[in-house]
Amino acid sequence: MSIVIKGARILGGEPADILIEDGVVARIGQDLTGDETVEAAGLIALPGLVDLHTHLREPGREDAETVETGTRAAALGGYTAVHAMANTSPVADTAGVVEQVWRLGQEAGHCDVQPVGAVTEGLAGERLAELGAMADSAARVRVFSDDGKCVSDAVLMRRALEYVKAFDGVVAQHAQEPRLTAGAQMNEGAVSGRLGLTGWPAVAEEAIIARDCLLAAHVGSRLHVCHVSTAGSVEIIRWAKSKGWDVTAEVTPHHLLLTDDLVEDSPVGAYNPIYKVNPPLRTRADVEALRAALADGTIDVVATDHAPHPVEDKETEWAAAAMGMIGLETALRVVQEAMVDTGLLDWAGVAERMSYAPARIGRLAGHGRPIEAGSPANITLYDASVREEVDPGSYASKSRNTPYEGRTLPGRVVATFLRGRPTVLDGKLA
Amino acid sequence: MKRHLISAADLSRDDALLILDTADELARISDRSIKKLPTLRGRTVVNLFFEDSTRTRISFEAAAKRLSADVINFSAKGSSVSKGESLKDTALTLEAMGADAVVIRHGASGAPHRLAGWVRGSVVNAGDGTHEHPTQALLDAYTMRRRLGSLEGRRVTVVGDVLHSRVARSNVLLLATLGAEVTLVAPPTLLPVSVGSWPCEVSYDLDSVLPKSDVVMMLRVQRERMNAAFFPTEREYSRRYGLDRDRVARLHDEAIVMHPGPMNRGMEIAAEVADSARSTIVEQVANGVTTRMAVLYLLLGGDI
Repeated sequence: MSIVIKGARILGGEPADILIEDGVVARIGQDLTGDETVEAAGLIALPGLVDLHTHLREPGREDAETVETGTRAAALGGYTAVHAMANTSPVADTAGVVEQVWRLGQEAGHCDVQPVGAVTEGLAGERLAELGAMADSAARVRVFSDDGKCVSDAVLMRRALEYVKAFDGVVAQHAQEPRLTAGAQMNEGAVSGRLGLTGWPAVAEEAIIARDCLLAAHVGSRLHVCHVSTAGSVEIIRWAKSKGWDVTAEVTPHHLLLTDDLVEDSPVGAYNPIYKVNPPLRTRADVEALRAALADGTIDVVATDHAPHPVEDKETEWAAAAMGMIGLETALRVVQEAMVDTGLLDWAGVAERMSYAPARIGRLAGHGRPIEAGSPANITLYDASVREEVDPGSYASKSRNTPYEGRTLPGRVVATFLRGRPTVLDGKLA
Repeated sequence: MKRHLISAADLSRDDALLILDTADELARISDRSIKKLPTLRGRTVVNLFFEDSTRTRISFEAAAKRLSADVINFSAKGSSVSKGESLKDTALTLEAMGADAVVIRHGASGAPHRLAGWVRGSVVNAGDGTHEHPTQALLDAYTMRRRLGSLEGRRVTVVGDVLHSRVARSNVLLLATLGAEVTLVAPPTLLPVSVGSWPCEVSYDLDSVLPKSDVVMMLRVQRERMNAAFFPTEREYSRRYGLDRDRVARLHDEAIVMHPGPMNRGMEIAAEVADSARSTIVEQVANGVTTRMAVLYLLLGGDI
């Protein structure tokens, strides 16, 4: 069977037809025909997006999200592959659990689910999990992370960085010095001081990143830094890259757009935990530094850190609320707002940061390939010309903890193709 | 005035002066043998206390009762809250019972803001976490005004654990609104890193600040803080930041000494200083009732 996508602007270029045969891009050209036609005049064609950092919550917190609902949300956000974080219950620290998540993803079929394995048993930060068993399993794990917790023990981090070299793995570090962030509630600064909320200082992130870069260089390993949130972290990563060290980094959409003063003053009231996230929202200066770093490649990837939570975990006093925001269904729109419409990144840059680079870091064969003859037909069609209010009621995610409710954002994902099969058409699940 | 009193920043200068003037008027009534006024008859005030604070609760209770309001005391211990009920569900319960005002004390900063989103009645913050305690600041300002007259240009020194103090935050905001000049004195570990952006001065040296102070307000310092390395020992804290007789001797004759209570005698304040003629500590308690009467009266729109 063949599908032809008519008149799409690949990476925002000139309109062209894309002919898909047997799940592969067969030809790019003009006036192509196929068994089926998808009109894409005016739409931008991007390689299917790849998320390095998603919380699907299954197994264990199926009240917040399941692999089925989370991957629906991913497809609607333009994603063809997501990395499912390991902080489930039970923790994804054995071959059995990662294979379960991987199989659930296969069954759901909305996008590929690539499990991330825990670095330490039970995320406890004490003993290495069986990293090799997860790497050799059907899930072929290559990214290992204790996300949500930091591998703060320097020796354990060193060993993990070294050990995963045997199977070309990477440790994705949640950089948070635990002693400096005991009870931390929000960015430590002017706002936290006024609000009387325990501060999460930038140095607690930066100190771990600096240490990890030095460790990675010392043992000659790859390091990936999760959700970079401060201007200081950017400087450290820029320095590490200038040394030629194999360090990569991600930033979330919300850290590219939102700032900590929303905790004090927002349309949804002060102390609204919808803005509670880890690492916390930072200052305007940090946002500017993160945007610049994403533009110049110091930060390699946009990753959602999609973190679903049920309503009752957010409709509480601030200190009692869960940390995290959902983001799969708004990520590309936020990136357009923060990076493209500001002139910092073009669509080729978006493809690099949201598809090619994350697939490369995750060693994900079959994703993150340019839209050209011979590539697997993982394609996202995006209408950048519209601007709409965010409506969480329409979300496929089981949770509603979006910080963008009531805001208007540009853009709309119109269609997503996974190996030539439409998972989303006309903005709805196909 | 706004519908709620959650932060001292909610009060304009006119609002604050209106509360203090109203408290003056109500104080005259409190001197009569029959203290009760009928102004809030038929109105319901709920004291919603998630933290033990007998002093503050009975102060609000006395204030509401002297205005003839019906008072419901809801303490978290032994209630549905200890069985895991959320703040929101508690709020909806109170709402269903028809509370006209909810006085809330909570260990989490910002809990009154959240509550205000879930109830129709007025919310009065009786202390939230390490955030604010606006009626304490009002009663402190009222006490200062009675002793010293107008607060315009008066120099107020606040000493102690500013980082964790809701009293300090509310006082800095209210005193700035009323035109006083505030200086915070504390070891650097007990000041927020961003304190430079506050409308006040900061000093680490109590002795140098005392001679020009009209008011010295000592904050309670919890002994547990030294376990988290905020200061080395009680003795060292007391030596550097405690108010003893020698330090009091550096004050000018009219200067007053305040403390929001409960005190650690011998730690932040020497017993003889707490009991001296300069001390307003007992007056503060009495003034708390009249000031809170004024707040409830104005928020609930009663008539004198």
